[in-house]
Order: sequence, then C-alpha cells, then structure tokens
Amino acid sequence: MTRRCDHCDQPASVHETLIRDGVAQEIHLCADHARAQGFVIPGAGGVTVNISQLLSAAHAAHPTARRSTPRPAKTCASCGMTIAGLQSSGLLGCPDCYRVFEDMLSGLIARAQGGASVHVGRHPEQAACSIDRAALRNRLAKELRDAISREEYERAARLRDRLSTLGTPGADDLDANCDASSQT
Amino acid sequence: MKRSDDLTAMYDSDTPLGDVVLSSRVRLARNISGYPFVNRATPDQLTEVMHRVQVTQIGGAFATGTRWINLASSDETDRTLLFERNLISKHFSEGTHPRCVALSADGCASIMVNEEDHLRAQMFAGGFRLHALVEAMTHLDRSLEKSLDYAYHPRFGYLTACPTNLGTGIRMSVMLHLPALRVLDELEKMRRSAKELKLAVRGVHGEGSDALGELFQISNQVTLGRSEEDLLEEFAGVIVPQIVEYERQARHRMLESDAATATDRAHRALGILRSARLLSLEESYKYLSRVRLGVAVGIIEKISISTINRLLFEVQPAHLTRILTLTPSARSDDRAARASHVRSALE
Repeated sequence: MTRRCDHCDQPASVHETLIRDGVAQEIHLCADHARAQGFVIPGAGGVTVNISQLLSAAHAAHPTARRSTPRPAKTCASCGMTIAGLQSSGLLGCPDCYRVFEDMLSGLIARAQGGASVHVGRHPEQAACSIDRAALRNRLAKELRDAISREEYERAARLRDRLSTLGTPGADDLDANCDASSQT
Repeated sequence: MKRSDDLTAMYDSDTPLGDVVLSSRVRLARNISGYPFVNRATPDQLTEVMHRVQVTQIGGAFATGTRWINLASSDETDRTLLFERNLISKHFSEGTHPRCVALSADGCASIMVNEEDHLRAQMFAGGFRLHALVEAMTHLDRSLEKSLDYAYHPRFGYLTACPTNLGTGIRMSVMLHLPALRVLDELEKMRRSAKELKLAVRGVHGEGSDALGELFQISNQVTLGRSEEDLLEEFAGVIVPQIVEYERQARHRMLESDAATATDRAHRALGILRSARLLSLEESYKYLSRVRLGVAVGIIEKISISTINRLLFEVQPAHLTRILTLTPSARSDDRAARASHVRSALE
C-alpha cells in the first residue's frame, strides 16, 4: 500500500525516522513537504544529491544546533575542516572527518545512499584485519531489520549472508576478522 | 600497440544492446590514507600524491605504454580533447592545483590524480561491455592497492571526499541513444523510472550538460550497501536491458504508426550531413542522431553504427582541430571544417 504524506494526501516519497528527546518518530513526506522541511528531492534530471543542503538540514536537526548556549563549533583536528566548511563545499576534508562528524553524517549518508549506511563489498586486504567485528555486526543487523521492514527481501538475504560470515557475537570480536574480509 | 588516438574500441558498439547503448564506462574513486582529500590538501601534499601514484607499478590496462600528462604544463587543445572523450572532467581540465592524468595505451582508460578524490580511474568501451569493464577495473584496483594504502573505514567502505561516492566508490554508466522515446514524448516516463531506481540521468558530458543528440548518460547513484557484484547485476543485468527494451518498443511503435515519416527523417538528415557546407555542433548531433536511428532500424543501409559513433566524437571542436591538423588560428570557422569532415566520412 502506498503511504501518504503526513501533511497532505499525496504519496510520500521521503521516509525518515527522527529521534527527538530519545523518542523515535517516523515521518513520511511528499516531495513538496519534504522540500519545505529541508530535504533534497531529486529533480527531473534524475537523482542528484546536494550534499551541502543535506548537511545544512542535518546540522539544523542536530540537538547541539538547538542549544541556547552554543558549544564551540566542531573542527577536524587533522585537516581543520569545520561544519560550516562542510556545508559550503559539500565535501569532507580528510578520512578523519568521517569519524569527527560521524554523528551528523550518518543520517545524510543514509539519505544520499538510498537508506544504506554500511559498506557491503570489497575492501583492501591490509584493512581487513582492523575491522571491528562487533560494531560491524551491529550495523549489519540494523540494516537487516530495516530491509525486512521495507520488504526488501533480496537485500535482506544478502545482509543475512554477510552477517553469517561474521560468526556469533562475543566469539572473537577483538580478533581481526580476516575470514570476513574474503567477501569480495 | 594501438595508437592512443585510434579509438576503435570506443566507437565499436557491435555488442548485444549496441543499437541503443553507445558506450559503457566504469569509474572508481579512491583516496590514499595519510593525506587530506584534494580540497584540503596543500600544493606540496598534492604533488606528493602525484609522485606516489606515478611511481606505482600499475597493472591491467596501464601495464605498458601508459602516458602521463601533467595538466599544469599541458596544451589546451590536448586538455579539451581529453574532456571531449570524457577521459577527464571539466573541473579537472580547468583546475589550477597540481594534478595529472595517466592514459592507457589504447586510449580507453584514464586515471585522474587529484580530481575530487586522489584517484579517479575510468575505463570506457564501445557498446554494452560493463561486465568486462568491471572485471578490468577490479584488476586495476587490486594492482594499485599493492602499492597504495587506501583510505578505508569498516563501516563506510572506501572513503571519498563526497559522501555520495562512499562504499564501493564505483560508478557504472552507459551512454544511451534514446531518439524514439524523445520523438514519442516518453522521455519523462523514463526519467521517472530512473529516479525511482536511484539512477542519475545526464547529458553527453555528465553533470550539467544537455542531452545533445538524444544521448543520455545513465549511472548508478548508490555506491554504499551494495557489493560491486550486486551493483553490476542490478545495473547491467536488469536496469540497462529494461531501458533498452523501452527504446526498442518505442522505435517499433514509431515505425508501425508512421514509417514514411520515420524514413523521411532519417534520409533527410543523411542528405543534410552529406551536403551541408556549414554545420554547427548542435546541428551535427541532431542529424547524426537521426541517421543513427535510421541505421539501427534498417532504414539506412551501407553505413555502420560505429561510423556514426565515431563522428559523434569527431565533430567536437578539439577533435576537429587534431584530425584536420588545424592550428587554432587557422580554425576560422569550425562549422566549415566540421561539415567537410562529416561529408567525407559519409561519402
């Protein structure tokens, strides 16, 4: 069944889960209402994702953005990138930016990447032994629940396969998972 | 070894779906760990990245005969030529920071160093050859990885300056010729379907370019959460054949409903291309598109689709300059040179 927009009778094309004060709230918006709330909707030319706008929306929605006494702006110690810099260029400054701005980036990455937030694919052989297995398992499990709830069964099957290669929780989470790395 | 300006492999669309798929491309984005991304790196750091890549033993298409071009000291016509072949981006061509590009011996692959990411490798082939290109790109990636530490994150995959390229960092695209969908006013339907499937639809020269000659570049937008194999299976196995089928059905309906008009359009276009003394770029794309359709559906014989594919490259300004060995000052009127070249190719 097509889900309708929360604000009108149009079909919803944007589906988001917002966490406000610890409470999860699902929102479903049509293109017009999504645009009005700062979401970027692909134009007639296909899917074009404006990361600058997504970042601005993500920053505005972030709890720290609504504090009456603002904290000092977050800056990446490695490259000096700031939130303002991210918003204006739409580009991260270095690999460490992904860690520094991770809380702000997670939602927009999922929006830009069709709901996905975990890499499923090849990885460098030398990186294979530094993967945090427990964190990866948790991420994949979340993706799997999401895929099932969206009735994307083929994707769910692939995620389940990937999860099964990671073994059972607690077994060797601190150990490098070279076996998982062979999933190329 | 083939000369790098003998681009037969780029023009030859004699493959399944080649009546609609003009060419295939695979692009890979990678960054080297330990350096800021290009937008935050200093000129010295960018120069160091260039040197590190240039001394790397690269395999696959770049195993022998690779030509390195330093963009800062290159000739403008060379840069425009590479842009016209999509081997470099406009942004890369016009930059002022330290950057270079590696060109494979066959002229069908490039590695831009210090584009938006440290490495942007691209491979092209005429027609529908995505599977072979992805295999070749995997080989190239593995060979680079032996010498370069890629920036990688267990959750996000290969890290890129823009989050839209995260994960696999791979983009597959095809250049599609969709004249019948345009004539029947069904392009909008195709665009809507593409949007739902999270595909990007662009013109001949990528983002921001118009759909000259009814040519559309379609690529996967999602790079995270799908393995390279899944992306290939979905894009090359399902999506491209489906769009090709829409176009073929539209061609069939067009011929069934008014064969005389379709025949007239194709032959009239061929007549103009064989007779005109002045041809603008837009005009040549317009008429070459009509002739290509005529050849594809059998209205026009004795001209190959590959010839039209080749002309679609060669009518561009820098190509004309190189082919006709014109100096920029002697190029008083591109339109005359273009018309002359097209006439001789279609005689």
